[in-house]
Amino acid sequence: MATTTVRISSARVSSPFVARIEKISAQNLLACYQCGKCSAGCPMAAHMDILPNQIIRMAQLGMHEQLLASEAIWTCVSCMTCNTRCPKGVRIAETIEALRETRLRTGERNDCLKIGDILPGARADLPPIAMISALRKLSS
Amino acid sequence: MTKLIYYPGCTLKNHARNFDVSTVSSMGKLDVEVAEMSRWNCCGTVHCLSSDNVMNRVAPVTNLIRVKEEGGSEFMTGCAMCYNTLKRANIDVKQRADMLETINEFVYLEETKYAGEVDVLHLLEYLRDRVTFDAMGKRVVKPLAGLKVACYYGCLLVRPKEVAFDDVENPTVMEDLVSALGATPVPFPLKADCCGAYHTVGKPEIIADRTNRIMGSAAEEEADLVIVSCPLCAYNLDFRQEDAKRMNPDFQHLPVLYFTQLMALAFGCDESALRLDLHHIDPKPALAARGLV
Ligand code: SF4
Ligand code: SF4
Repeated sequence: MATTTVRISSARVSSPFVARIEKISAQNLLACYQCGKCSAGCPMAAHMDILPNQIIRMAQLGMHEQLLASEAIWTCVSCMTCNTRCPKGVRIAETIEALRETRLRTGERNDCLKIGDILPGARADLPPIAMISALRKLSS
Repeated sequence: MTKLIYYPGCTLKNHARNFDVSTVSSMGKLDVEVAEMSRWNCCGTVHCLSSDNVMNRVAPVTNLIRVKEEGGSEFMTGCAMCYNTLKRANIDVKQRADMLETINEFVYLEETKYAGEVDVLHLLEYLRDRVTFDAMGKRVVKPLAGLKVACYYGCLLVRPKEVAFDDVENPTVMEDLVSALGATPVPFPLKADCCGAYHTVGKPEIIADRTNRIMGSAAEEEADLVIVSCPLCAYNLDFRQEDAKRMNPDFQHLPVLYFTQLMALAFGCDESALRLDLHHIDPKPALAARGLV
């Protein structure tokens, strides 16, 4: 990830953004103590620009723009390996879903997957279970 | 014959017909009539993880309404994703009266209101707890002797804890089934590692990487084949093997079957109950090498 300068202040940590992510995900973000266990077991980590524990840290700190611009929030497939292993009971997958939904709920079409971009040949080959799950998770 | 209400899910009616027909036929041999629901809809395939998104829970709940209308208090599905989505939506509405009320308002045209009366079962759980593997072993007419099977669980059968009917880190229900059928389960360290799921649509290169690792791990254990209970895992691990081979020239092709196909084989069901023609990597050579087809 490119270098970023972050100013941490109490205003950020108690911002409406942090409150919204905590509400949608039903998680207490400050429970996370950054052990890194979620990232260690994540099958998608190799394909992420920021790791799951970094996502949680950035969410604690209210790093709104960086999080919503990251690729990793779309790469997570909700396999829930992290959730079952977190020693603090943080549901990481739920938190990442809250970030995705925050992007998708802006009212603009912020879709990560556009159905028109899927080639007709691929559309015919792919089973419905793949198409429907992809569209449910990656488009609004 | 015991009657069991059955929710097949969309993909078992097209790409995964082999899963559907092998389920119905093999359960028939166990004196269980798998009775498909007269009406059902797609469950939405994935559970919505947001606390406030009620809309995405409507599709699974309308299926629960259908089961209630058929007079059932429980129903079964073999698809790991349908199981997960139906079961989690059911847990949500059982635990959250506000969500249940909103859903019943959304589906105001339904004559039946849902209040959490129905239970969701997975076929593997039903086999283990109701039929029992001992009883299944007695119905085997063609023991799968010598067949080495790697059991792949993926993510949604055993996660999260509230839907899991087996250990979340080291499930063994499929290995026990395989042993009951006379085959040999092989150790499989990546058995609960996600295959990349729906990224097969937009990022097939991720699936190629996952397939290379997961199937490579099964090949290292000298498995003859891999069994699954999810049509999305099946598609990824079977059809994406060409991509995996391009990524890793040493990649070794291995067939992927549904656990119900092994049951149908061991119980002596007709060939039409197996639909071995629907696979990308042909399972016949591996089965023929063990004298099974
Ligand atoms: S496993 Fe839990 S506590 Fe550890 S870094 Fe991840 S979210 Fe934080
Ligand atoms: S749910 Fe997402 S972040 Fe957690 S292990 Fe799976 S892919 Fe990684």
